Amino acid sequence: MNPLDLARWQFGITTVYHFLFVPLTIGLAFMLATMQTIAYLRKDDAFERMTRFFTKLFLINFALGLATGIVQEFQFGMNWSSYSAFVGDVFGAPLAMEGLLAFFLESTFLGLWLFGRDRLSPKLHLTCIWVVSIGTMLSAYFILAANSWMQNPVGYEINQATQRPELKNIFAVLFNKVQLVTFPHIIFASLLTASLVIIGVSAHHLLRKRNVEIFKRAAKMGMVVGFVAALGVAFTGHIQAQVMTQVQPMKMAAAEALWETEQPAGWSLFAVGDVKGKRNEINITIPHMLSVLSTDSWDGKVVGINELQAQYSQQYGPGSYIPVVGVSYWTFRMMVYVGFAMMGYCALGLLLIRLKRLEKTRWFLLLALPVMALPFLGTSLGWIFTEMGRQPWSVFGLFKTAQSVSKSVGSWSVLITLVGFSLIYSGLAITDLVLMRRFARVDPPELDPEGSTAQEPTPAIAY
Amino acid sequence: MTSHSNLQTLWFTLIAVLWIGYFFLEGFDFGVGILLRKLGKDESERQQLIRTIGPFWDGNEVWLLVAGGATFAAFPQWYATMFSSFYLALFAILVALIFRNVAIELRAKTATKRWRNFWDWCIVLGSALPALLWGVAFGDILAGVPVENNEYVGNFLHLLQPYALVAGLTTLALFTLHGAVFLTLRTDDDMADRARRIVKLLAWPTTLLVFAFLTWSYLNANSAENSGIVPPFIPVTALLLVAGVDWLARTKHDGWAFFATGSSIALVTATIFLNLYPRVFVSSLGASHDLTIFNSSSSHYTLGVMSIVALAFLPLVLAYQAWTYWVFRHRVSKSGFGDVSSPIDLLAKKKPPATADSDTT
Repeated sequence: MNPLDLARWQFGITTVYHFLFVPLTIGLAFMLATMQTIAYLRKDDAFERMTRFFTKLFLINFALGLATGIVQEFQFGMNWSSYSAFVGDVFGAPLAMEGLLAFFLESTFLGLWLFGRDRLSPKLHLTCIWVVSIGTMLSAYFILAANSWMQNPVGYEINQATQRPELKNIFAVLFNKVQLVTFPHIIFASLLTASLVIIGVSAHHLLRKRNVEIFKRAAKMGMVVGFVAALGVAFTGHIQAQVMTQVQPMKMAAAEALWETEQPAGWSLFAVGDVKGKRNEINITIPHMLSVLSTDSWDGKVVGINELQAQYSQQYGPGSYIPVVGVSYWTFRMMVYVGFAMMGYCALGLLLIRLKRLEKTRWFLLLALPVMALPFLGTSLGWIFTEMGRQPWSVFGLFKTAQSVSKSVGSWSVLITLVGFSLIYSGLAITDLVLMRRFARVDPPELDPEGSTAQEPTPAIAY
Repeated sequence: MTSHSNLQTLWFTLIAVLWIGYFFLEGFDFGVGILLRKLGKDESERQQLIRTIGPFWDGNEVWLLVAGGATFAAFPQWYATMFSSFYLALFAILVALIFRNVAIELRAKTATKRWRNFWDWCIVLGSALPALLWGVAFGDILAGVPVENNEYVGNFLHLLQPYALVAGLTTLALFTLHGAVFLTLRTDDDMADRARRIVKLLAWPTTLLVFAFLTWSYLNANSAENSGIVPPFIPVTALLLVAGVDWLARTKHDGWAFFATGSSIALVTATIFLNLYPRVFVSSLGASHDLTIFNSSSSHYTLGVMSIVALAFLPLVLAYQAWTYWVFRHRVSKSGFGDVSSPIDLLAKKKPPATADSDTT
């Protein structure tokens, strides 16, 4: 394999892996802050114990997210130095801002929150976890602004001497219209992820009738936040698709395996395609649905892959501008299906809570355990779709992935790091699962009579 | 309006400050990590050692991430060339940091002795390797590696030039010493005494290495055609400070000793950057291939935007990080006898060594 393919595999593996931890961290930080706020306002020990219980899961996850995050930043320079040199003027700014504004905030205040329970006033201690939550969201904001620029480059001009884009308007980059829909989409997805993990863990305890008073409430909180978040994911996803139809029509066409331009266009439920022949053999659709979804009109026109390919060949020169249609189509579809499955699960959960039947409905609680995997599947599919759907570009319309790779790094070097990271990450994944499982099963820590000092033998982080 | 070269110099300075911050702060937590098995004789002692850096280490590591991000934003070509040149070395650093981070978080969460030993060694090696390799990397940056038209044309062995190895040993020694001094401040009784013995043991060899590195750098700078301007008092003070550590440790001026090792690290790093200026990545193939702040920087607008962000937020970061150190200023005790002065002491007191494993269940 050539360095380009190896580097692409490496980026795919490390990014998807890193992103298993990120949404849970963002979501759990917010949920922990909410739990602790309820505990503080109502002086409610159940919520206090709930907070401390989920803190351990949060920390295991945070550690792995941080460790794998450094690789992400370094990787741009290591494997993609041509890309870095080309886009650095624009792309580097949000990355640097992420470090300065978000990373310092979350890591410093996380330390304060974990170790400061008895040194800070309760109010200040509570503020710390909110700052951590804001930090994680700010971090998401800046990195997504950088990614959105790759999907829809704005706020730049090409310097005629260097032929490289130069930043002309930072606000255009930070408030890119792709960014404005991507950010809420990711935040809702993160809250959904955290909710379903909380529900899954709670279900485990409820099934064994242990710590029912704590986990009944945790499950309820998860269902409420999860349902609202699922609605948010669907709604923002819908708007995202509309923006995508405007700025990256090829990605949308590939997502739908829409080879020919159609007016009106149907939403494909299941298709078997002939990629070489550039057509579908089987395609079951809901008529008019794609037109409605992507253009808000019953008979809207949606441009197909073949027309776009012809147009791009003229605009950018000869070559293929079609992403891998099978990957785009199925990752997009599965993401949507997984999203609705989660929404349905949370809705059903809310109904059961309303009927006061949640703890008694065993099959529903048993189902919570496999359902925990769905948000991770959904977010991974979403990432793979959005990145693969942009191909062959690394920056849409400006720079191709094939041009982006480091020229001075040979196949062997990339292979060594690819194998190295894959092995280490596999080991970490197993460790993570084992530890998460163990800490999800223990009883929440008891509080001592004053309810302030942890009676658990070590601080939550247990160094 | 500030001229472009002023902004380029400002960003060169800011990146130097970020590296100084990183080495000063992560330097001591690397040091504590390196000494974990040497000083921590049993489980409770090792937990005590790790708790001394518990609230700080990941905030310290962010300095590296921000230095990387700032380089990307302000000098994209520097970032691109440096990171692809040091490819396998950076991979080694990344692997070390991953194992170290995970080990610090997870060691106490695994109950068996074998696992804890494994994580302990991850912390020791995961601290020692980056402490060594960062020095090697900066030695290479300053001495030059084969770079032609912004692309690395050498192989991995080119990075292991003798000067760079001396630089690596210097940072390794300095960080270990800095960590040992930090422990004299953050622990008490027997542990503080043992840490002080390590300080006395390392002080002179470290001084010798700093002397060797600075002298060699001086000779290099004088023979090269393109050398930055280093006011002599900076390297000389760096040397004098580290030379004084032995005496400060003997007389138990631990606070001053920490100031000395920290300042020495800062001044050695400053010497490297001043010597480098205005170059950022030296080519051994001739000055025409050097990367400088002029030929590798971002546009005026980008530097301007980032300057506003940095000047607005860096002081804020410094303020809240300093506040964290103030909040956790108390010593970490093994037994927690006597005054309970911090939650960590309190928890240590409630946790006799015999039940060290119970925290995981």
